[in-house]
Amino acid sequence: MLTRRTLLVASAAALAAPRIGHAADLTGVTADEIKIGNIMPYSGPASAYGVIGKLQQVFFKAINDAGGFQGRRLNFVTYDDGYSPPKTVEQTRRLVEQDKVSFLFNTLGTPTNSAIHRYVNQRKVPHLFLSTGADKWGDPQNFPWTIGWQPSYRTEAQIYTKYMLEQDRNAKLALLYQNDDFGKDYVAGVRDVLGSRFDAVVKTVSHEVTDATIDSQIVQLHGTGSTALLTATTPKFAAQTIRKVHDIGWRPAMHFLTNVSISVAAVMNPAGPEKGVGIITSAYLKDPTDPAWNDDAGMKEWRDWMKAHMPEADQSDGNYVFSYGVSKTMMRVLTQCNGDFSRENIMKQATSLSGLEVPSLINGIKVNTSSTNYHPIRQMQLAKWDGKTFDRFGGLIEGANV
Amino acid sequence: MATETTLPIAPPRPAFAVDPRIVWGVGLIILVAPLFLAESYQLFQLTLAAIYAIAILGLNLVTGYNGQISLGHGAFYAAGAYVAAIMMDKLNLPYWSTLPAAAVLCGLLGYGIGLPALRLGGLYLALTTFSLAVAVPQILKYKGIEAWTGGVQGVLVTKPDAPFGLPLNSDQYLYLFTILVALGIFLLARNLMASRIGRAIMAIRDHGLAAEAMGMDIASLKTSTFAVSAMITGVAGALSAIAVEFVSPDSFQVPLSITLFVGMVVGGVASIIGGVFGGLFVVFMPNVAEGISKAAPGVIYGCILIAFLFVLPGGVAGLLRRLAARLRR
Repeated sequence: MLTRRTLLVASAAALAAPRIGHAADLTGVTADEIKIGNIMPYSGPASAYGVIGKLQQVFFKAINDAGGFQGRRLNFVTYDDGYSPPKTVEQTRRLVEQDKVSFLFNTLGTPTNSAIHRYVNQRKVPHLFLSTGADKWGDPQNFPWTIGWQPSYRTEAQIYTKYMLEQDRNAKLALLYQNDDFGKDYVAGVRDVLGSRFDAVVKTVSHEVTDATIDSQIVQLHGTGSTALLTATTPKFAAQTIRKVHDIGWRPAMHFLTNVSISVAAVMNPAGPEKGVGIITSAYLKDPTDPAWNDDAGMKEWRDWMKAHMPEADQSDGNYVFSYGVSKTMMRVLTQCNGDFSRENIMKQATSLSGLEVPSLINGIKVNTSSTNYHPIRQMQLAKWDGKTFDRFGGLIEGANV
Repeated sequence: MATETTLPIAPPRPAFAVDPRIVWGVGLIILVAPLFLAESYQLFQLTLAAIYAIAILGLNLVTGYNGQISLGHGAFYAAGAYVAAIMMDKLNLPYWSTLPAAAVLCGLLGYGIGLPALRLGGLYLALTTFSLAVAVPQILKYKGIEAWTGGVQGVLVTKPDAPFGLPLNSDQYLYLFTILVALGIFLLARNLMASRIGRAIMAIRDHGLAAEAMGMDIASLKTSTFAVSAMITGVAGALSAIAVEFVSPDSFQVPLSITLFVGMVVGGVASIIGGVFGGLFVVFMPNVAEGISKAAPGVIYGCILIAFLFVLPGGVAGLLRRLAARLRR
């Protein structure tokens, strides 16, 4: 009896049916494949970071060539967004809606990830181990589907402040920061540690990323009579700062420099290597140019992998060390999934990492996550510039608990 | 004189002519078909293409038709986008009300900037507008207006749902809405260019001195054209904020202005319909380039662009014009 009513009932049932069986979202996962989505700036102003995505393409291909992961192929789909947020939205929708990936992994950039932050959380797509040090990715209450990886800039600033107070309880800090997400995280980190003393201890001055020089800011900070300086800015301005601080005869007892701007070739040498002696920064990754790691097991694993799979790549580029480490973390999550690759379980496992050691990380640093801790790496070691290299010193310091 | 005007001076009827009703019908089908055929993501791309088409049309009025090179239209696009984002997110106003607001504000902005800037000719104007494109992302980060603009964090907005219980999802509805707005703006622009004012605008481009000698107020016309152009691009910006659901200073960096310029040249300089092809080009061609090579998508994009300029010197619209001319012969 095909009446209109039975048709209606049947179609209503058909519409409702997929909902019933929707407890576990297995989008992007089939019997022989897991589809992983990624977005990188292969072109545009941040294209130097494109090598991170290049290593990952090779990384997952190597696993597939060796027979796959637990019998499944890891299909790594990566697109270029040129570091432009509207393009990131477009590419993310392409990955999620058209390619139907299981999850997003290591998408790069702060403004770019900001543009898709809400979208992926609304769609409940795991947004794992982003390539950005912004602190806001660790917000499990409002954004339970997004998690960062590297120590956030805020954690880094907490570490510097803790060290500064250890050395001199009455230190006064001058803080130069770039007026954007990146720079402001340092202000927040210093505030975390100092609390109500912030205004009494710290003098802040900001600059725009498009400024020609920061000379006037340095003179202004020098005038405050601070005994310590924290430079939270990008490489060009970091080089200018080091030079200017030296040239006006300012010798702060401690000069902290964000580890975003510690490139020897792009910062220390242009500034004049002798002018930056004593500058303190922090590290969580092993520096491939540091001879101290020559016999290290983790670095040996990385070098062997590079030789076997990317022999033409420049092994002094730290981005490859980063990329290898974050990819290894991803594989641990997939292993922990224990065959259940639903989006819910992938997210659950990504936030249940405990004491994971990654070959790229300085020995002793462990990756820890939980349903309330979305900051996987919270420890760093300080390093001091001696005119030629940054020498690590002291033990690991952990960020403040906030 | 009277007898002369009564003489039939119809243009010579071409041997090949298409009934305009057929053109309209086919055009409408092409515009509406994606609603039923395309997936959400593809509709989103087409919506973006339509938005870029509007922005490029705006640029084309001032650069293509009026001969004033602007490398700073991204600034008006950004202004329009921020107007929409602030109105929707901070003031809780409906999405459609942001379009007239963006139009008015960007029109005023264009007029204000055009007033002094258009006294500068050619390359100097190009540089002045370029500096506008450089300045805007920084101005958007300015502390004093951070409460409104969200500073570097930008503003998140929410896409509207279909009204009146239309059986469309938000992507389908937004596509339809954008297409209707675009259609309206394109018709207005076509009528403007076919009018007395339009001919004056082109006369200024072709021979400023002669135009002035014929009694046209060049400065005022140029400024008004710039204002209208900024207005149209601003509306496109507002639509983009609604479609992308996010604005931030990094969304409107200098390359955006260049993108609009590229779209205008590829689509066809001084062509209304050219904006459509320009919009499609700037949205889809980078993806094509990336599909060919992930190692150097910029190089591929550049090659495609150069090839386009060689094969289609007048842009896509120029090709269509030549094809039509050939068919008529």
